[in-house]
Amino acid sequence: MSDTETFSYLCIGCPLGCRLEVDADPAGDVVEVRGFSCRKGKTYAVQEHTDPRRLVTTTVAIDGARWPRLPVRTTGEVPKALVTEVCRALRGVRVSAPVRLGQVIVADVLGTGRDVIATCDAPAAART
Amino acid sequence: MTAAGHDVAIIGGGVVGCALAHELTRHRIDVTLLERATEVGFGTSKANSGIIHGGHHASPTTLKGRLEWIGNQRWGDLCDELGFGFARVGELTVALSEADLPTLDHLVEQAEAKGVPGVERWDRDRVLAAEPNLTTDVVAAVHGPTTAVINPYEACFGLAEQAVHQGLVLRTDCPVLGLARNGDTWVIRTPAGPVHARYVLNAAGVFADAVATMAGVGDFTIRPRKGEEYLLDKRLAGLVHRVIYPCPTPTTKGTLVIPTYDGTIMIGPTADLVDDPDDVTTSADGADRVLAAARRLVPGISDRDVIAQFAGVRAVLDSEDFLIGPTAAPGFVNVAGIQSPGLTAAPAIAELVVDLLRAQGLELAPAAGPAPPLPRPVHFASLPTEDQRALAERDPRYRRIVCRCEFVTEGEVLDAIDRGARTLDGLKFRTRTGMGRCQGGFCTSRCMELLAHDQGAPLSAVTKRGGGSWLVLERDEVQGPGPDTGGAP
Amino acid sequence: MIDARPHVLHDHYDVVVAGGGPAGLGAALAAREAGAERVLVVDRETEAGGILLQCIHAGFGLHHFGEELTGPEYAQRVLEAALDGGVDVLTDAYLLDVGADRAVKLLSGEHGVATLDTRAAVLAMGARERTRSAIRIPGERPAGVFTAGLAQRLVNLHGVLPGRRVAILGSGDIGLIMARRLTLEGVEVAGVFELLPHANGLTRNVVQCLHDFDIPLHLSTTVIGIDGRDRVERVTVAPVDDHRRPLPDRAWDVACDTLLVSVGLIPENELSRQLRLRLDPVTQGPVVTSAMETSRDGVFACGNVVHIHDLVDFVSAEATLAGHHAGLFAAGRHPRADNVRLQPATNVAYCVPHTISTEREHTVYLRVRNPLERCVLRLSTPDGVVVHERKLRYVVPPEMVNLRLRPAVLADFHGDALQVEVLAR
Repeated sequence: MSDTETFSYLCIGCPLGCRLEVDADPAGDVVEVRGFSCRKGKTYAVQEHTDPRRLVTTTVAIDGARWPRLPVRTTGEVPKALVTEVCRALRGVRVSAPVRLGQVIVADVLGTGRDVIATCDAPAAART
Repeated sequence: MTAAGHDVAIIGGGVVGCALAHELTRHRIDVTLLERATEVGFGTSKANSGIIHGGHHASPTTLKGRLEWIGNQRWGDLCDELGFGFARVGELTVALSEADLPTLDHLVEQAEAKGVPGVERWDRDRVLAAEPNLTTDVVAAVHGPTTAVINPYEACFGLAEQAVHQGLVLRTDCPVLGLARNGDTWVIRTPAGPVHARYVLNAAGVFADAVATMAGVGDFTIRPRKGEEYLLDKRLAGLVHRVIYPCPTPTTKGTLVIPTYDGTIMIGPTADLVDDPDDVTTSADGADRVLAAARRLVPGISDRDVIAQFAGVRAVLDSEDFLIGPTAAPGFVNVAGIQSPGLTAAPAIAELVVDLLRAQGLELAPAAGPAPPLPRPVHFASLPTEDQRALAERDPRYRRIVCRCEFVTEGEVLDAIDRGARTLDGLKFRTRTGMGRCQGGFCTSRCMELLAHDQGAPLSAVTKRGGGSWLVLERDEVQGPGPDTGGAP
Repeated sequence: MIDARPHVLHDHYDVVVAGGGPAGLGAALAAREAGAERVLVVDRETEAGGILLQCIHAGFGLHHFGEELTGPEYAQRVLEAALDGGVDVLTDAYLLDVGADRAVKLLSGEHGVATLDTRAAVLAMGARERTRSAIRIPGERPAGVFTAGLAQRLVNLHGVLPGRRVAILGSGDIGLIMARRLTLEGVEVAGVFELLPHANGLTRNVVQCLHDFDIPLHLSTTVIGIDGRDRVERVTVAPVDDHRRPLPDRAWDVACDTLLVSVGLIPENELSRQLRLRLDPVTQGPVVTSAMETSRDGVFACGNVVHIHDLVDFVSAEATLAGHHAGLFAAGRHPRADNVRLQPATNVAYCVPHTISTEREHTVYLRVRNPLERCVLRLSTPDGVVVHERKLRYVVPPEMVNLRLRPAVLADFHGDALQVEVLAR
């Protein structure tokens, strides 16, 4: 076991916030998980170690709506390592009102297989 | 402006400078006012307690003592003319022990000597019947009916607006960098270029010694004395009805409990010498001292009630009196050392200086027709329902609330911008937006939008109080220019 | 969003709701479903939806809608449901006054000053943020000190950024969410400083908003000074002792141009005070019955105006209850009286509702003062006789405890007051 490495995670399943420890071998495969107090915690630890994913929520520029920003999200989680890149990529996006909730703003963002969609209606409006 | 420049240049746009400008522009002369901040009243004046002292606190043997009582009698008319709030609420100076009683006697005698009417001793029962929230430790008090409260920043804005209306050339963001004589005129060096004037009035407050030095007559030192003030939640309105003073010490009137003109309660100030005339920091220690002192007078006050805190710096001379008069430099007149009761005395100071300038040879003919007073700003919340209905019917700008804590409509905000508000604080002190318990949590972004719209500028151009007090940045300023704009990644 | 303005403002309403956030919209719909004919929601913004419109992150709706939504999505759902249910939503309007006889005065961008009357009213004005002044941070007063919610509004709606380098005081959820939000917008977050020895937000937010971006969280630490004449230049932070008193000897400076303050929410109780409602000194919201009725007949309240909720889903549940009873009240059916007062005791900060009935089923929300693991929630008589106990795995202050109480549980109890405690097992 001397060649396994231990990684620490904080469980987000509930406010108990269990301190999870994941032992992984040099190939990255999980050997052992400790510190969880429910099954969800164990599953979370393995997922978080092998393939952490996050939903991305941010805004893009919109013309002709009440506000100059339109809230958007990814249709599902993307690899955690891509969160910042997705946001950076969206900095250059500009759409025009009207936009409907669920409308695809960017399809298959960064090849993740996830779309970026609007999370509210933005009707055309004179800005006041 | 005449070929030689202005007749009079006032350095400093605090309440003294504004009162000077207002008084001088009633005459047929050319006056300018130079203020280093973006708006008038943004220095010591706006951090003032807002009390028009009764007239009996300062000794008649001092200049400030004489001007205090004259000034007190001027404010009522000024407020009528300029349309800002004034309430003669009266005061109680409270003795908490038998040892304080001689001080009370002295105050009554001083009032008689100065001719301040109605100042009388009240016994404990009468005090507590009138102010039931005062400490039951009270032994007796002196009641003064002439004491009033105003909003000092409103006084500055009102005086300056009317003065501009009467022809004042107002220069804000205009610090004085140097002073020189050129023949019979002064040349005032500013970042915006030289300003010429025959007479210079040094009303620079905590910087008056520095300005006098520039004129070559720096023979006095201003010792900045800081006062911290704490504003309490307005649900405590009515906690006291009169300004409550402890028995004074030789250097300070002590920590007061003040029912402000707006109906909130303010407690303070402290009195601490500081090195830096710009030091308007508040401190944990100051807060503790103010709260402790205020609780000695009104035990129901709690630190949980504090919604805002601020500090101002008094301009104090070693003499502890005002220094008003001509100097060895021809045409350079000091109006310096104006500490408490400077706000009270300001109109009297202005009258005194007019006389001084006349004695110096300045011709001061009254203006042909006095300029009619400016229309008063609307205060929607205090209008009767029928007037509110009529106003909202006529003008849709009065149909939207911008600040809900203080109930300020968009119409009032836009009116304040028309009257000269250029910053978030300028709006705040003119309309009370952001002054309430949420301290701008809800209205700040709307006020910024309205200011930006008026200035034809982005939100990022709006400042809190001018200078480097920027509020937000555009995204590009932080992120750099975006990638290929318009394209999808 | 949908143009929600009615074209006609009537003189008489069955139920008028103050506030068009999730609480107000939910209550309005429930009032309609309880039979109220005319229900009016009054909201001061140009779009209904409340503060959810600026909460662009996810984490809403798992309980109420069975799926995870962002704030704007949640808001649009409750707004569409209310409109579909026949609720009138008047935006760009402000409720000025609710009189003793439930005469309502409002100021509307469309209608000007309008007066109308209503049979029942629901208060759903939400909350405001505690400010720098409320916690009395001494120092200078430069530009660049924002409450976290104001910063959120500036970033997410106005599209501007509060600064280049930010320190955050308070680890409540809004502060944590803003740490991530600003980081993703290219703003540097110097650290989050929390007075308490534990994070004040959900663990999920600590992990996904701070750990994911290597943002340091300094516990038992607070801001003791702000420097900068015109704009924030640095803040001074210091650890605190066991009594939460700062230790200035161990203070250090954090260079930043912005300080976000995220130190909690307070019910927006302006109207509650105007109406002279009885207030709970702990929640700072109105005292309510199990029907969410305040101390004034026919005036109901729900959501953050009553107490600060951890999840909007529970706001929606409470709104449904308040609106339901407001709707019935308008039809002349007053809520049945409660017969038991709930008294918060050991480690319980407050309970809502404040009274219950032994004959009906209730959900009681409560907040603990201190975290505990393996503990028990105990109901007992004021003289200490245990009436009911429930084991809990953990309790933490940021998370409300929901206690479902069925009449059977209280079958043998005949007193008029119950103490509520959360104790270690």
